[in-house]
Amino acid sequence: MLTDANNQKPTTASYRISNHNESTCLILTGDYTLVSLERQIHLLTTELVPYVKDSKINWDLTEVRHIDATGIVLLRKIWNGKRPEYLSLRPEQEKIFERLGKIPAPPTTAPRDHLWPIIAMGKPSLLLWQHLTGIVILIGQLFLDVIFLIKHPSHIPWREISANLYRTGAQALIITALVGFLIGIVLSYLSSEQLQMFGADIFIINILGISIIRELGPMLAAILVAGRSGSSMTAQLGVMRVTEELDALKVMGISHSQRLVLPKVIGLGIAMPLLVLWTSAIALIGGMLAAEIQLGLSYQYFLSALPDAVPIANLWLGLGKGVVSGMTIALIACHFGLRIKPNTESLGKGTTRSVVTAITVVIIIDAIFAIVFSDIGIM
Amino acid sequence: MTYKDCIIEIKGLHTQFGDHIVHRDINLCVYYGEVLSLVGGSGSGKTTLLRQILGLEEPTLGTVKTFGCARNECNYEQSKSLRNRSGVLFQNGALFSALTVFDNIALPLRELHTLDESFIRDLVMLKLDMVAISAQHANKMPADLSGGMVKRVALARALALDPELLFLDEPTAGLDPHLSQSFVQLIKTLRTEMKLTIVMITHDLDILVALSDRIAVLAEEQVAAIGNLQEISNLHHPFIDSFFMGKKHDETIQ
Repeated sequence: MLTDANNQKPTTASYRISNHNESTCLILTGDYTLVSLERQIHLLTTELVPYVKDSKINWDLTEVRHIDATGIVLLRKIWNGKRPEYLSLRPEQEKIFERLGKIPAPPTTAPRDHLWPIIAMGKPSLLLWQHLTGIVILIGQLFLDVIFLIKHPSHIPWREISANLYRTGAQALIITALVGFLIGIVLSYLSSEQLQMFGADIFIINILGISIIRELGPMLAAILVAGRSGSSMTAQLGVMRVTEELDALKVMGISHSQRLVLPKVIGLGIAMPLLVLWTSAIALIGGMLAAEIQLGLSYQYFLSALPDAVPIANLWLGLGKGVVSGMTIALIACHFGLRIKPNTESLGKGTTRSVVTAITVVIIIDAIFAIVFSDIGIM
Repeated sequence: MTYKDCIIEIKGLHTQFGDHIVHRDINLCVYYGEVLSLVGGSGSGKTTLLRQILGLEEPTLGTVKTFGCARNECNYEQSKSLRNRSGVLFQNGALFSALTVFDNIALPLRELHTLDESFIRDLVMLKLDMVAISAQHANKMPADLSGGMVKRVALARALALDPELLFLDEPTAGLDPHLSQSFVQLIKTLRTEMKLTIVMITHDLDILVALSDRIAVLAEEQVAAIGNLQEISNLHHPFIDSFFMGKKHDETIQ
């Protein structure tokens, strides 16, 4: 048993040569441990390697104070894997050498398949197919859940729906307002400069009204919510997978889709159109402010001319987009969240993919709306 | 056995979370080369104390010195060497889930930036062999391992730098009796070969009896008793009685 504190300080590994009785002795001294070898490992290797050639030399390790796996690996490297002919060890060192004598070979990695280009291309397509079927299955499951809940109204998860409404709706008000307001100002400022050149100042109301209510409001809100709520939904479900909470719910017979997915889809389906309304309104206020400053258009005139410039169908279109994109974002977020495997890598990947997919799909939905309703709401 | 110096020295340690007092004036010295076991009921602050020794939490009052230096007073070199000379086995392994088994163990070695890759490879394979994990598992991800294997890989990682000071938090929880027996054997072997000091939290009486030189009992916010197994089991304290009574029951069953 060790006793003294000074005895504990690591000493540097060293060696010396002694010649007596015609035989050469290479005496290693000090600590041959990782801590003491760390800095001089290369130096020591180059210095000791020449002695290996001399097979008569006696390697004396009895003066080595401590030796650990690093020391042994180092010596074996120096000796080229062979034990020297003359080697003096203390009994306990003998034991260590015996125990650490065989280094198992690391596993060989499987050679690359010749078909790798096909595999590399095929995998993403299969993955896309998996995602598509997964989402269809999830939608089907949600339909079944809705039918079940209509038959058993007492099972409707009101608390979860309300919590989601608060988290995705009420808590997103500030950020959507800020972004909407700034976009409104920028849009109004840039357009009014162009319009002034043609003396068509008055059309600023048409431009702002149509673009914000029909396009920008819904899109801004959807993209912000996809980044904000979509990521948090995916991460929440992912962490529940990591901590085995999802499994706990399953063994209690509580359906994931009914208690976790459905409330999110319904909650965002309700919150999203409201957010769209809110974002559009704030963006219009921003635009109105800029129009007053830039063109001297009075607020009263702006507000009274707006209903004539923008048919009401545009508002319904915007709200409709809100409902569809809100439900889609929640659905995609939950789909990716439930697919996360219990490790950190998968959690990060899943969250990124969820947000990217949600934003892409929201833009695709917007394009579909633009084509399908191309002759509605525009005079 | 004679000891002179403390590898870990805890002086006047108080811990308080809000109104809840966890530790009240704890003084403890872990000697070089010993195995000290911390026992105590749930919520007695064993894990908190361990986290304070590791520098993961700051005590409300008092100092914790490791290798003669308090964590927040060490300079960069000292704290680096302190970390290289100690290894920790966390209760749930805490393996990096993004890295393979091999890379998990290689990570602390690579962080030294002095060893070359073939050297690291040999060392990692030695450590894996030491904890009886065969080479074929080296390329697996931690998520694909069983609980017992996670524990053993985590031990291999804790031992990667051949530390002088080893912290074990519930080392045998989740291991089957056979594996925990081989774990005890491994620690015993390591202790004969290396200068190893171990601080261990455990509820497992078998490993407590097999490995501990001294046992510190945490109860009622203080170190209620400290000493070797014989001394502790002769004391009369409600916690100690119930803790060791369980053992006696076991023996009567056998």
